[in-house]
Amino acid sequence: MDDVAISARAIGKRYRIARAGGANGTEMLRDAIANTARLPFRIARQVLSRSNGVTPMLPSHDEFWALRNVTFDVKHGERVGIIGRNGAGKSTLLKILSRITAPTVGRALVRGRLASLLEVGTGFHQELSGRENIFLNGAILGMKRREIEARFDEIVSFAEVDRFLDMPVKFYSSGMYVRLAFAVAAHLDPDILVIDEVLAVGDAAFQKKCLGKMNSVSRSDGRTLLFVTHNLSLLEAICDRAYLLSEGRVVTSGRTSDVVRAYLASTSAAGHNARIRSDALHWRGLLNACELNDLRSDNDITMEFELETGERDLAGLDIDVAVHNSKDEIVVHAMSRVVGPPLSLPRRRRAIVSYTIKSPKLMPGEYYVSFYVADYERPLLWVENVPAFTVTAASYFGVLEVISGIKGPIVPEFAMSVTQAAGVAS
Amino acid sequence: MSVPAAEVQRETVIEPASRIAPRDVADVWEYRELLWFLIWRDVKVRYKQTVIGAAWALIQPVATTVVFSMSFGRIGNMPSEGLPYPLFALAGLVPWSYFSAAVGAGSSALIANQQLINKVYFPRVIIPLASVLTPLVDFAIGLVLLVVAFLWFGIVPSLHMIWIAVFMVLAIATAAAVSLWVSALSVRYRDIRYVLPFVTQFWLFASPVAYPSSVIAPRWREWFALNPLAGVIEGFRSAIVGAPAVTPMLWLSSITVALLFVSGLAYFFRVQGTLADRL
Repeated sequence: MDDVAISARAIGKRYRIARAGGANGTEMLRDAIANTARLPFRIARQVLSRSNGVTPMLPSHDEFWALRNVTFDVKHGERVGIIGRNGAGKSTLLKILSRITAPTVGRALVRGRLASLLEVGTGFHQELSGRENIFLNGAILGMKRREIEARFDEIVSFAEVDRFLDMPVKFYSSGMYVRLAFAVAAHLDPDILVIDEVLAVGDAAFQKKCLGKMNSVSRSDGRTLLFVTHNLSLLEAICDRAYLLSEGRVVTSGRTSDVVRAYLASTSAAGHNARIRSDALHWRGLLNACELNDLRSDNDITMEFELETGERDLAGLDIDVAVHNSKDEIVVHAMSRVVGPPLSLPRRRRAIVSYTIKSPKLMPGEYYVSFYVADYERPLLWVENVPAFTVTAASYFGVLEVISGIKGPIVPEFAMSVTQAAGVAS
Repeated sequence: MSVPAAEVQRETVIEPASRIAPRDVADVWEYRELLWFLIWRDVKVRYKQTVIGAAWALIQPVATTVVFSMSFGRIGNMPSEGLPYPLFALAGLVPWSYFSAAVGAGSSALIANQQLINKVYFPRVIIPLASVLTPLVDFAIGLVLLVVAFLWFGIVPSLHMIWIAVFMVLAIATAAAVSLWVSALSVRYRDIRYVLPFVTQFWLFASPVAYPSSVIAPRWREWFALNPLAGVIEGFRSAIVGAPAVTPMLWLSSITVALLFVSGLAYFFRVQGTLADRL
């Protein structure tokens, strides 16, 4: 087939989890030397133990398959989305297609020049000026000097940084930094563009500009786009087709809207763990998950949980909701008894518990909830790890912007001042 | 659906990492401009960040020359092949400083650039190569200093100095060979970087920097010549004052370097596909 841009066949990727010491399979030379020195003894012991009928201990690494048997085709000019929960293998897939890492098994064929944008501003150097970074970043992304020179003015005007071109980027505001970084990447001229989640940064107007650029590039020149995002409405706006990954496998593919629906169904149905169940109260799910996948960090977050009562009336109910981030840290804990008296629910009834968390200022990311109900302090229901909402951009002093380098789970507004005391410190 | 122009027909095959393939080599050529940009970045950043900038390239060889002149020259009365001892030492230290800087930067280059390796594709071999070439800027400054020092002592360097280029090619190849091996290995064995400074220091005294190789007993000479830097430094020094001797020692050195370089390259290409997983 002539019009295939990417054809992946049975791609698999295995990672080894180091048993001790270093992460990601790094080892220590001293251990390697020591192991080699011990090898004769180990073999001798194995031979001996085998003759005694004892099974020898074989060295084993813990393994984990980030991708298994992934097969798909993308035609030239298609715009294809990839969705899935954290750890589903999306990023690994993009890394393999971008040749950042090699697959363990399988094979893929890429026709045409492929450029990937897995991070905004890869290779930017703080000490260099905007002008210098345009050239450096362009070269890192695979552009020729000639190409960069030809598009230089376009990049600068797209990024709106003309006046600061000769200033080191360490003095740029985060907004300027992101605009410049995206502008370089947006002016790459690849046949296939691979993008991972980078549009979660930048202010709304700039996002719109980037989308416009991506759309026009794709539509007018028949370029191919492979796009990963948690922002489902964005995905539906851009992509014709999508793949849903789960635990390293492709579980659904087809029209974007169908795949998005399947994804939402899978996140609200499966995935959570019921720690405590009882016949008195049943968990029916988070009703409005599909409205919560594109939040700003200063939005109020309203979650609607549906419950169904069993064969008896319930009274004295306390309902707790805890919000976890993807590192499994609790970032918000809301308890009904703080805001009102214990609740009652009649038997055999469905009820919707609506929780609104006012402007929690969470960092961009995926969030999960734990939901806990007790009557008179006896636990009735406890579900954990329910995928709840996604924050895609942060608001910072009322301006939507990336806040690279800020640590911690929340993005508060803050003020500071410096007061100078009289006299000289001794 | 219209298929864009002929350029689209470029095909990339993505397969499990194995051994060196012709397309890997073609890729390095494709990305040759990146090599230049990485060198340019490192030079630029270095001279922007340090106030003394260029002076730093001079301080190290000059300071070591002073120390060597005191110890080996004055106290040890080391023979110096007809040159004033400080000139002798400086002429050895200028190529040595290049070598030790190149090996130091080249060997840690992958770890220093892990951010890049994890986020974008390019032939990984460019990173250690760029780090090995960057210290040539300091070397050039050192060379000017060396010429000035010779003139200061009343010795006019000969036109044979152009031979220096040949010896530096050998020095670069040696540094690249060591860097390919060590940088690739250090991603896997993180403690190698603690070993390297010790090896480099030992290497300095195993090379004819502070002493001429004529002080080595004849029966050890062949072993001594296995050290590629022995030929480089001896040749470099002799080229300043006259026609350099192209000795069997030099051929032996070149063969050692060639073997080390080719094997280093082969090892590097074998592991480059999964470097990102280990960084």
